[in-house]
Amino acid sequence: MGVKQEENYMYDTESAWSDGNKSLLCLKTGEWRTSRPVIDREKCNACGICMVFCPPQCIDDDGDYYAVNLEYCKGCGICAKECPRKAITMTPEGEYADDCPTE
Amino acid sequence: MTVQPNKFTKVLTGNAAAAHAVLRCRPDVVAAYPITPQSELVEVLAKFHADGDLDCEYVPVEGENSAQNVVCGASMAGGRAFTATSSYGLVYMYDTLLQTAGYRAPIVMVNVNREPPGIHCVYGGQQDMISTRDSGWVQIIAESNQEIVDTIIMGYRLAEDHDIQLPVMVNYDGYYLSYMAAAVEIPDQKAVDRYLAPLKDQPPRMTLKPGEATGCGSHGMGAGFVEYRKKHMAAMERVKAKLDTIDGSFQEAFGRSYGGQIEAYRCEDADIVLVTSGSATGTARTVIDAKREAGMKVGLVKLRLFRPFPVETLTPVLKGRKAIGVLDRSICFGWNCGPMFMELNAITRHIGIMPMLSFIDGLANMDITKDHISGMIDDIYKASQGDSYQEVTWL
Repeated sequence: MGVKQEENYMYDTESAWSDGNKSLLCLKTGEWRTSRPVIDREKCNACGICMVFCPPQCIDDDGDYYAVNLEYCKGCGICAKECPRKAITMTPEGEYADDCPTE
Repeated sequence: MTVQPNKFTKVLTGNAAAAHAVLRCRPDVVAAYPITPQSELVEVLAKFHADGDLDCEYVPVEGENSAQNVVCGASMAGGRAFTATSSYGLVYMYDTLLQTAGYRAPIVMVNVNREPPGIHCVYGGQQDMISTRDSGWVQIIAESNQEIVDTIIMGYRLAEDHDIQLPVMVNYDGYYLSYMAAAVEIPDQKAVDRYLAPLKDQPPRMTLKPGEATGCGSHGMGAGFVEYRKKHMAAMERVKAKLDTIDGSFQEAFGRSYGGQIEAYRCEDADIVLVTSGSATGTARTVIDAKREAGMKVGLVKLRLFRPFPVETLTPVLKGRKAIGVLDRSICFGWNCGPMFMELNAITRHIGIMPMLSFIDGLANMDITKDHISGMIDDIYKASQGDSYQEVTWL
């Protein structure tokens, strides 16, 4: 039976500590997403409002523009709603063949 | 416990005594919000800080939920943290209480027992701590102002012990202890420093550090969640023996002992036993002495440790008695009895079947008088003689 014994412990720590340089003890919430934000760089002027409003803070400054970290983006659509230039479109996941692309 | 006056003796209320104990423990961070009947504790600590006696980060928060969040964070950053609350304040920080326990942040918190919301009342009762009994905190109940001081000091030894790493809630009765002044020996600073020094020799615990990418309490991941819950439970079980050890070393250092998890009083040859906790125990001890003089073989058990519940220590003391009674200052909805009575019922398989009587007294500061306790003992005695008895009595 699945009784947890000390010799089978997975973690060294007493509570849910994690080393952020390796991996945080986080779910890859990107798997929950049914649609993804796609940024139209023709319209985007890199104001950063999408980054400010993103609840799980998974929009990063990639230098000239902003990029969505799709490993964690749940597809809530707040960035698209808040974008003053309507540069972000929520696009159904079914249109993408891969599960979790980074670009 | 009678205190022999010496140069360390002060006449202090329970609240002021608690503040003096906290001062001696040298906390790094204190965050607390005043609430009746705890306010004086916060005021005295704030004065210590304002006068420069207490060298700590003192955070005057806007409410108890923030207070608990502040001390939880401070503790996770490696500091020694203290907070204090009561009643509404305790339930206002409920979500954070669970968080502090889950993060295994070893803070010490005073909770001055008072009736929680429902029927508004500023008076004493243990319903507040009872309502948080499964929050994963260690819960200890003090009987006297001296025990408040000593339990807070012991509390840090327990909470910060590497085998434990759990938050400790030190409870004492509102009004009866919070506002009543008594002679209290405030231990010398050097003696307290020496007593807490062994904590420095322990393996370092995990802490948050500026500039390091470290997370704690993040998204519970299936099997990991189960593992951390089991570790928390195991640490809780280790508290029992550890508290006895810490109480023993406290006696060596300061000459005072409280029996660790429980105190058994005149139980050796007792046919019947009354179980109490908190300030009512002093009254009960006096009544037990009178009953003993009158020839009744009656003993008293004071519960100090309520979470974890001291099953193994209670068992040999209660096993084989003819009847026992339990005095509760709170109620257990759904079981139609007192909560401590319910918990003792749960160890029937260890102590054997016998008449067990639940007495609900002292709600909302209603006095638990000597007459009340005498009546309880008479009821327990009659039940031990085979008479029919009422299982639950409201006084």
